[in-house]
Amino acid sequence: MIASMRRFGRWVSLVSKREFSNSSGFEKNAEQSPKSLNLYSAINQALHIALETDPRAYVFGEDVSFGGVFRCTTGLADRFGKNRVFNTPLCEQGIVGFGIGLAALGNRAIAEIQFADYIYPAFDQIVNEAAKFRYRSGNQFNCGGLTIRAPYGAVGHGGHYHSQSPEAFFCHVPGIKVVIPRSPQQAKGLLLSCIRDPNPVVFFEPKWLYRLAVEDVPEDDYMLPLSEAEVLRGGTDITLVGWGAQLSIMEQACLDAEKDGISCELIDLRTLIPWDKDTIETSVKKTGRLLISHEAPVTGGFGAEISASIVERCFSRLEAPITRICGLDTPFPLVFEPFYMPTKNKILDAIKSTVGY
Amino acid sequence: MATLLLGRSRSAIQNLLKRTALLSALTHSPPPSSSAASHVGCRYRAPPSQGNRSLAVLFPFSRHESTKAQIQLQQTHLAEDDDTQVQLDEVLDFPGGKVAFTSEMRFIPESAEKRVPCYRVLNDDGVPMPYSNYVKVSKEMAVKMYSAMVTLQTMDNVFYELQRQGRISFYLTSMGEEAVNIASAAALSADDVILPQYREPGVLLWRGFTLQEFANQLMGNEADFGKGKQMPIHYGSNKHNYITISSPIATQLPQAAGVAYALKMEGGKACAVTYFGDGASSEGDFHAAMNFAAVMEAPVIFICRNNGWAISTPIEEQFRSDGVVVKGRAYGIRSIRVDGNDTLAVYSAVRTAREMAVNENRPVLIEALTYRAGHHSTSDDSTKYRSIDEIEYWKKARNPVNRFKRWLESNEWWGDEDELKLRQSVKKELLQAIQVAEKAQKPALEELFRDVYDQVPSNLEGQERQLRETIKKHIGDYPSDVPL
Ligand SMILES: Cc1ncc(C[n+]2csc(CCOP(=O)(O)OP(=O)(O)O)c2C)c(N)n1
Ligand SMILES: [Mg+2]
Repeated sequence: MIASMRRFGRWVSLVSKREFSNSSGFEKNAEQSPKSLNLYSAINQALHIALETDPRAYVFGEDVSFGGVFRCTTGLADRFGKNRVFNTPLCEQGIVGFGIGLAALGNRAIAEIQFADYIYPAFDQIVNEAAKFRYRSGNQFNCGGLTIRAPYGAVGHGGHYHSQSPEAFFCHVPGIKVVIPRSPQQAKGLLLSCIRDPNPVVFFEPKWLYRLAVEDVPEDDYMLPLSEAEVLRGGTDITLVGWGAQLSIMEQACLDAEKDGISCELIDLRTLIPWDKDTIETSVKKTGRLLISHEAPVTGGFGAEISASIVERCFSRLEAPITRICGLDTPFPLVFEPFYMPTKNKILDAIKSTVGY
Repeated sequence: MATLLLGRSRSAIQNLLKRTALLSALTHSPPPSSSAASHVGCRYRAPPSQGNRSLAVLFPFSRHESTKAQIQLQQTHLAEDDDTQVQLDEVLDFPGGKVAFTSEMRFIPESAEKRVPCYRVLNDDGVPMPYSNYVKVSKEMAVKMYSAMVTLQTMDNVFYELQRQGRISFYLTSMGEEAVNIASAAALSADDVILPQYREPGVLLWRGFTLQEFANQLMGNEADFGKGKQMPIHYGSNKHNYITISSPIATQLPQAAGVAYALKMEGGKACAVTYFGDGASSEGDFHAAMNFAAVMEAPVIFICRNNGWAISTPIEEQFRSDGVVVKGRAYGIRSIRVDGNDTLAVYSAVRTAREMAVNENRPVLIEALTYRAGHHSTSDDSTKYRSIDEIEYWKKARNPVNRFKRWLESNEWWGDEDELKLRQSVKKELLQAIQVAEKAQKPALEELFRDVYDQVPSNLEGQERQLRETIKKHIGDYPSDVPL
């Protein structure tokens, strides 16, 4: 368990307290030869393995040849050649449409969208095409080899267009999977699963953690299961559910709550669709309380779906209303970012009031 | 046969009419004659037959209006190509205009034999090219343009340094593209509405946005027109008809067609002007914009700053066409390629394009060949993907500011003393502006909830109340420079 905090890039960030520790330990199959890596290097390692293990795997997107603006594709073009790792023209609909076509002929198309904020030009290709390719053809065709990677979320100074968390849009689309890792070790194993999963997947990477989160990552080829949530901390008083970068914030709240004698169970959902309701249900039936937290605006966020589902399943066991601590219903603001964010103290206050309800 | 000939000559006449009309806007050196007009080759393709050129003399009209689209189509489709074996009596009366048949199976090649030439007025040493046609620039205007270029350059240096010192979170320079910025701005009218990409702060500077206003935006303070909501360099100013920058690439382009259509419907004498990079021309929005502008006959000037790079992606990996200029014709839009580092060429081309746009209600595409002499932004290190030699060559040998300065000097309109004074005073003004901007407060917290809609809806009122309670409890979590 290695937690480390570094300044992200050269920029001054308004909120610099953002650390991550993986309190759950490693998955069983991921215990060999760990090496300390940050998140972008873990992604880079996964991409190396994906290209190495499947000659029909491709990596492409804007500026990937020289390593990508976040360095995730460093060294790939040199190692695997420019026919398998290449820059595309600046066109997200082109990137995803091209990826669908490549995947439709049995290849693994690993497409990068430079920022999740710029995924919208590709929305039609993802929602109407990738998601329905199998269904509409009666399974004659599929583009399951497609994986779309995109950095998402706050970074301290990103403003409207370098901070968004658009996951909920894609969770409304049957036919694609949405996966978000919380740490380097998770990122590597989940990304390899996504690349090898026979369905199109949107994989959002918490860009704030690219350099910030460092932990031991096994060097070998390993995969972590999709659609399985992970209980990071066991607890009895309240269940907390989140994903991606938000988990480190939630974990800090858990630690503080513990000092006040509140025992929190913290769950990383990992795959947002199709999601692991059972793990959440089991936990909430035990604790009787649920708090969900995400950076995206609260209204219509994926927290709403979790909340509704858990009310359906656990109504009689709930001892307090389900709470959501999320982003505000505004565009992502620059100067006001610290106010917009679902901070540790907002979560902590909500834990206390939910437990004391 | 008759139809074809008529088509051809009509097209030639029309072309020449358009040329004649333009002459009024241009100063020629040597003075214009009907044959000298062919040197203006950058504006229009040469007509199909040299012999028809003399017809121009018979039609001494001077008007800008083009005839209707139908006629354009006829001439295009019937008289396009000299070499084609056209079956004269077999013409397909196709929706949109007649199309000639040919027995020859010939694919249109992927590119023309020659690349589209680049219109320039000043050579690299700032000496006017022989026979160059350009719009005359007064001493006053020339000095004003040069001063603005120097101001932009100085502003970039100082603000870049400010970012390196950690006093602003981000910056992006226009280095190497000062001429496209300033000369295009100078050629427009203040009523023209600008839809920028992000590397065109010079247009705003030209329109009177002060160095203080730039500094305010970079600091995101209470005086920033954008109220601190966007990253540095996302300027916008209603009073300067400069629509606020948004980071997503190419989105401004179809909007420009809409703005232009609105201006046309208002019946004024203004056009929309939108800027974009070589990279932006790959986005779907670019293609939508071009097509809309042509079909809606919208007075919009599309100015492409082809600076060779889109972050790390070189233009060979961006498109395989002869740049961006040739895309105009595919959409039925007039286009010109200019030397983007030649202030006089950019100025002349934009002035002339503006006349066409406004007087004829049509879009025009300008591809300015230039170079992004700086890194993409402060988040980028361009030596990772391009050679220092290449950068240095463009910074030195092809520097647009120095080239224009040489021309000014050769006219004895500018000297070393002017230069020194200007640079010193701009720098002083900048440092002062930064000091003021840094001291100013951030916008008040209530601004977080404003402008999402015209009025604050109840869900946001609730969120504001809740946030204020949280702040009371945890004041240490929040920046102290935002008034609550
Ligand atoms: C839709 C979208 N995709 C990707 C990006 C990331 N991005 C910012 S600038 C840029 C390159 C733009 O190049 P170009 O249009 O040539 O303009 P230049 O920077 O050279 O002036 C890219 C890919 C973006 N801002 N928007
Ligand atoms: Mg460019």
